Order: sequence, then C-alpha cells, then structure tokens
Amino acid sequence: MKHLLSTRDLSREEAIQLLDIAEDMAAVNEREVKKLPALRGKTVVNLFFEDSTRTRISFEAAEKRLSADVINFAAKGSSVSKGESLKDTTQTLAAMGIDAVVIRHGASGAPQVLAQSGWIDAPVINAGDGTHEHPTQALLDAFTMRKRLHGTGSRGKGLDGVKVTIVGDILHSRVARSNVWLLETLGAEVQLVAPPTLLPHAVDSWPVSVSYNLDEALASSKPDVVMMLRIQQERMHDAFFPNEREYSNLWGLTQERFLALPAKTMVMHPGPMNRGLEISSAAADSPQSTVLEQVANGVSVRMAALYMVLTGEREVTHD
Amino acid sequence: MTNPNLLITGATLPDGTRSDILIEGTQITAVGSGLSSAHAEKIDADGLVVLPGLVDLHTHLREPGYEQSETVLTGTQAAALGGFTSVFAMANTLPVADTAGVVEQVLRLGSEAGYATVRPIGAVTKGLEGVQLAELGAMANSRAQVRVFSDDGKCVFDPLIMRRALEYVKTFGGVIAQHAQEPRLTVDAQMNEGEVSARLGLAGWPAVAEESIIARDVLLAEHTGSRLHICHLSTAGSVDVIRWAKKRGINVTAEVTPHHLLLTDERAESYDARFKVNPPLRRQEDVLALREALADGTIDIVATDHAPHPVETKDCEWGAAAFGMVGLESALAVVHTTMVETGLIGWKDVARVLSEAPARIGGLASHGHAITPGVQAELVLVDPTTRRNFGVDDLASLSHNTPYLGVELSSQVVATIHQGYLTASNRAIVDAESVAARAQAVLRG
Repeated sequence: MKHLLSTRDLSREEAIQLLDIAEDMAAVNEREVKKLPALRGKTVVNLFFEDSTRTRISFEAAEKRLSADVINFAAKGSSVSKGESLKDTTQTLAAMGIDAVVIRHGASGAPQVLAQSGWIDAPVINAGDGTHEHPTQALLDAFTMRKRLHGTGSRGKGLDGVKVTIVGDILHSRVARSNVWLLETLGAEVQLVAPPTLLPHAVDSWPVSVSYNLDEALASSKPDVVMMLRIQQERMHDAFFPNEREYSNLWGLTQERFLALPAKTMVMHPGPMNRGLEISSAAADSPQSTVLEQVANGVSVRMAALYMVLTGEREVTHD
Repeated sequence: MTNPNLLITGATLPDGTRSDILIEGTQITAVGSGLSSAHAEKIDADGLVVLPGLVDLHTHLREPGYEQSETVLTGTQAAALGGFTSVFAMANTLPVADTAGVVEQVLRLGSEAGYATVRPIGAVTKGLEGVQLAELGAMANSRAQVRVFSDDGKCVFDPLIMRRALEYVKTFGGVIAQHAQEPRLTVDAQMNEGEVSARLGLAGWPAVAEESIIARDVLLAEHTGSRLHICHLSTAGSVDVIRWAKKRGINVTAEVTPHHLLLTDERAESYDARFKVNPPLRRQEDVLALREALADGTIDIVATDHAPHPVETKDCEWGAAAFGMVGLESALAVVHTTMVETGLIGWKDVARVLSEAPARIGGLASHGHAITPGVQAELVLVDPTTRRNFGVDDLASLSHNTPYLGVELSSQVVATIHQGYLTASNRAIVDAESVAARAQAVLRG
C-alpha cells in the first residue's frame, strides 16, 4: 500500500490486514511504555489546511508512538488567490526530505492530486478531504465494531452480515462515503437514513438501502450499529431542513428512539457531537455508545496506516 | 506590395468533387479543373478536403486584462492552426466589453494581427452583473458593429433583464447568446451532478439548472418575437427543449462544444482539473444525444468555448481550479472523430456547422460561403487521413489547458487561408510578421 487515499481502493484483504495490524498497535497502547521504534528516523508532516484538532492530535499521537519525528503544518486557505498553493507547499516539504504526508484539506480530491502530482515522492494519507472521504475514520469505525462484536477473537474477521444504519447528512459527509465503501467491502449491510435534501442525487447507485423515515428504518432492520453523523452549523441556514427542532424530532437519536433499540445495538458518532440535535445525551453516555472507544481506536488504526505505508510491511516486527 | 495569388490544385470540395481553386487578391476568382496561373503560388491539395474557413462563435481571447492566459494575437494564431478564419471574442475581459471603446480595441488588435476576422461580442449587462443593460446600441453602431451579445461565464438570470435585452437588440438585428445556468441551483457547483459527483464528493451542477433557463428563454423569445442563441448545450434534456421550441417556430439557435461531443464526467475521477469546465462534462447518454441533435440540425453549430487559463490555475486541487479548456486547435479534429468517422455527418455538414451557420448567426457576411468565384477567400485545407495523439506541439495558444493530451484524434488542418493569404501552412502557423504584413497589404488594397 503506497498511499491511503480512499476506502474505495482497499481490497478486503488489505482492509482486514490493516485492522489486524491495528490490533497489534492497540496492544502496544495498553503497555506501560506506549512506544514502538518502527518509524525511528522518519519524518511525518501533518499538513492541515482545515482546522481539526481531534484528527490532528490522533495522528500526532500515532506518529509519536511509532517514534516518528512529527511536524505540524497548519495552512489556512489553499487556493492560489489566498496565498501559497498546494503545489508550492508540497514542494517545500519535499525539499525538506519529508517521509510521509498526512493531509486534511477542504477540497475533495486534494490528497489524490498530491499523490499523483510528482510534487513529492512520499506516501500520502488522507485525513479527510472536502466531502469526499475520511478513510482512517471508517477504518477506526470498522475496528470498533469488530472489537465489540468479536473481542479478542477479532483478528482475520470481516463484518459479514453486520447491519449498520448511518443517519444524518450523507450528502456532505466524507465519513459516510468512506464507511459505505469499507463496510460494503467487509460484508456489512448498510442502510442510510436522512432527509432527501441531505442524500446525494445518485445515491441509488450506491451499495446501500435508503430510507427517509428513521423510526421505520430502525424498527424494520433492527440494526447492530447505529451511526449518527454530525449536522454542521452551516446546513441550518440553507433550506436543507426547516430548523433544528424538526431535524431532531425526525432524524435525531432521541432518548425515546434510543430506549427502543435492542440493548446490544452499538451507538456510534465520529465526534464532535451536537448533543440534543442529532444525538441525545442518554444515547451518547450509555454503555452502548462507542464514542470514546472510537477515539482510542483511532490512534491504533492510524498507527497501522502509517506503519503500512511507511514500512511496506504486512505484520508488526518486534525488536 | 500586393499579396501573391494562390492556386490550390486537386482539392476535394465538401460535396466530394475534385477541383482547383484560384485566389487573386482577397477573392476566389475561379473554381474548376485544369486551372493555371503563371504567377500564383501553388498549393498541392491532392487528398485534402477544402472547406470554407471555420467560424467560431464562442472564443475567449482574454485581451484586454488577462494577457497571461491569451492575447488577441496568440488566440487568433490558435484559430489559424485550427482552421478558423473568424472568431467571435467573448465579452468577459477586464475591463468587460460593455462599451464601444473596448470592442473597438479588440477589433483593432484582431485586424492588426491578421490571422482571422475578430468580431467582438458585447456584454448584455454592465460588468456582466446581470442588473443594468450595457451600451448595446453604442457597441452595435461602433466600428466593431457588434451583433452578438452575451454575458457568457454568467447567466442573464433576471427574467425581466433577459426579456428587455431580447427586445432591445431587435433595433439592430442583434442576438442574445445565453449562458444557461440557473445561479441558485449551481452555487459552488464543481461538476455534473450524478453518480460520479456523489462518489467524488464534488458539489453537483444539475442538468435542470441549464434546462430550466433554456425553457424560460425560448418562451421569452417566443413572446417577444426575438432571436435567441443558446451557448454550449450540454444535456439531453436541453436538446429536447430546443427541439420542441424549433418545432413551435421559435427563433432559437443552439451550439455544442467539441468537448461535450467527446468527453464524459467520468474524467473527473482523476481530479485532474484539465477536465473542469463550465457547463461540466456530462454523462455518455448526454454525449450521444448531443451528437444526434447536431446531426439532425436541432443543434445548429459547433463552437469551441476556447477558454485559456495559465498553468497554475489548473495545477492544483479541483475545487480551486479555473473552469475551461482550450479548443480552437482541436475542434475540427474532435468533430471529425466524433461525427464524421462515426458516419453521423459528412463534410458538407461540417462546413454547415463550423462555418456557414455560425457566420449566419453572427451576421458575418464575409465568411461562411460555399466555395465559388466571387466570394472572399476564406478557406481551410484538411488532411482527413491523419491520425495523431494530440500533444502540446499541436497548440498555438498561450495556454496549454487542453483535455486531449495523449488522446488519438483523426484529421488535421494542413493550411488556412484568410483574406487570400496563408495564415497556416504545412500544418503550422505562418509567422506573425509575414501575416501582419499581408493583413496590412489587404488594408491598403
């Protein structure tokens, strides 16, 4: 695996391998000394054109636990008119001998452009691009589901037959896209629930079922996992739905809806949560919620991704 | 010094007959077999097709204001290399071509360069802002004699302004060329809205945003009895609306670009911004509907929407990149590849859609005539058998943002003749100094 740009490019074998390496990394994270020497002498840059403290810190923790040298580069404004271009920034980093680039960018496809460009000859990891993909988020979500379902017996397993319902702003969500492709690859059955205004125009071409009605969807499919997506503030004022209250009533995981779920149903959220809007505190703080596990697993999964693109190895070698 | 006479021998006319053509001064003086002329420069056209010089109703020459992208000189050199002898220069320059002063400047630059007849297009509204009519009458009565008005790049979105513009240009037999794009339906739009945009996470530009404006405007044209031209049709639905309007007798004409006849939205999968264009590349079924409509006459003309941009506006992430692609040099080859080789149209139709009809729509009396004695010598010689992988060497434009690099295209322009002299010869442009001198000689008579 040269780059990690999209979950759509991942084969089932590659995805399971990455999740298995993440299991090894999770074991490291439980040790007293949470550190491996695997990337000693390698320099990784976190190139963030968009603010995201959570994702950046998660990558930084992953890089440090693999003993990489870390440079954080927060570049606001990416277009030529706003200052330095993606090309110039990248060539600058290339000249400094960077070994890998973790990029977060507001423009869909920016990581792919970087990987294809020849501006830098280093592995590229997509840390979220526009409304396109967020592959490490989907991988950590899959890791979390697998761990909850199979515990210590997770290695080697996919998510065959697992029923996952993703609820919310699918149209603008890179998390949803990465999850749809990865879950399909791992054998899960995916259902999307959203108001029609927040579904992509051609969603019928995706390998999912679609519903506009959350109550019917939850009642009929009895999902193993309910994943709630964040509603961005800027959607409130652009006629996607009338107001927050109506959204919450129709598509939020309210306390009432949460209590009607089977006790084994996992409740997931990529964070940060809008409590009281897309998710109630009752759901978010319940034992069924995986929100904090997702954060912890994020570090392990990102360690695995860095390890795979930088060492090219398929298993963790301990020395 | 007067320009030498030209004798073209053994050319194949659009109707398939072989003929010699004698050009004396700026005129074609004889067409037939066995012509001779003692002093004429001879051009052996054995195996070549001769067409009336191509006319592009939709070119962005970028001057004044964006000379880093293109100038009138380099843009008309690109035209000559592509077989065009006249181009209509769009109004979205800096300053905008919304006054007599700007259109006369563009006219002058064109005639000094001498590669093609440059006809400036005037803006419909002041500053292309869609609010207040530009000085349409002043531009029409200027030396540039503007007859085509367009806010291209932007839609005349206000229905009342559109109605008034359609009515007002009847004063001088003008036409409004509409860039059909409902602005509210295309906020931040990046590519065709469909299966590919959903997957790539790029904001969609839905077909309905084009079709709804065309539907509105053909009804306005009917109501006002005015003449309407629709720029760069890109969807199957737009074809249906135009077909309906023409059947109803509405005075509307329509154009399609070469790239919409060949490329689809799947090209965006690479996030390579050379494929970013407005209106966007559509689905394969749209491509096929556009080809059929061009063949049956629903779409009247092919126009390039030649849109040069400097490298830094394309060598970046898709969302930050500029819309547009250059097209003058590749247009005829793309039309040949998509329409002639597929058997949809013949050379007579090529002459119609790339020369006769655009000259008629634009009110350009000196161009677009059948090749007969007494007409101005505006000609292009085409080698129909050449196949080549299109490359940067095939461009004369200052900008290189072509989507066809490495794409195999059929046919190639061998020579272009404008006002009786060569502007392109041996598959390359004639140098600027000689062309300017010949243009001067024509002006002096």
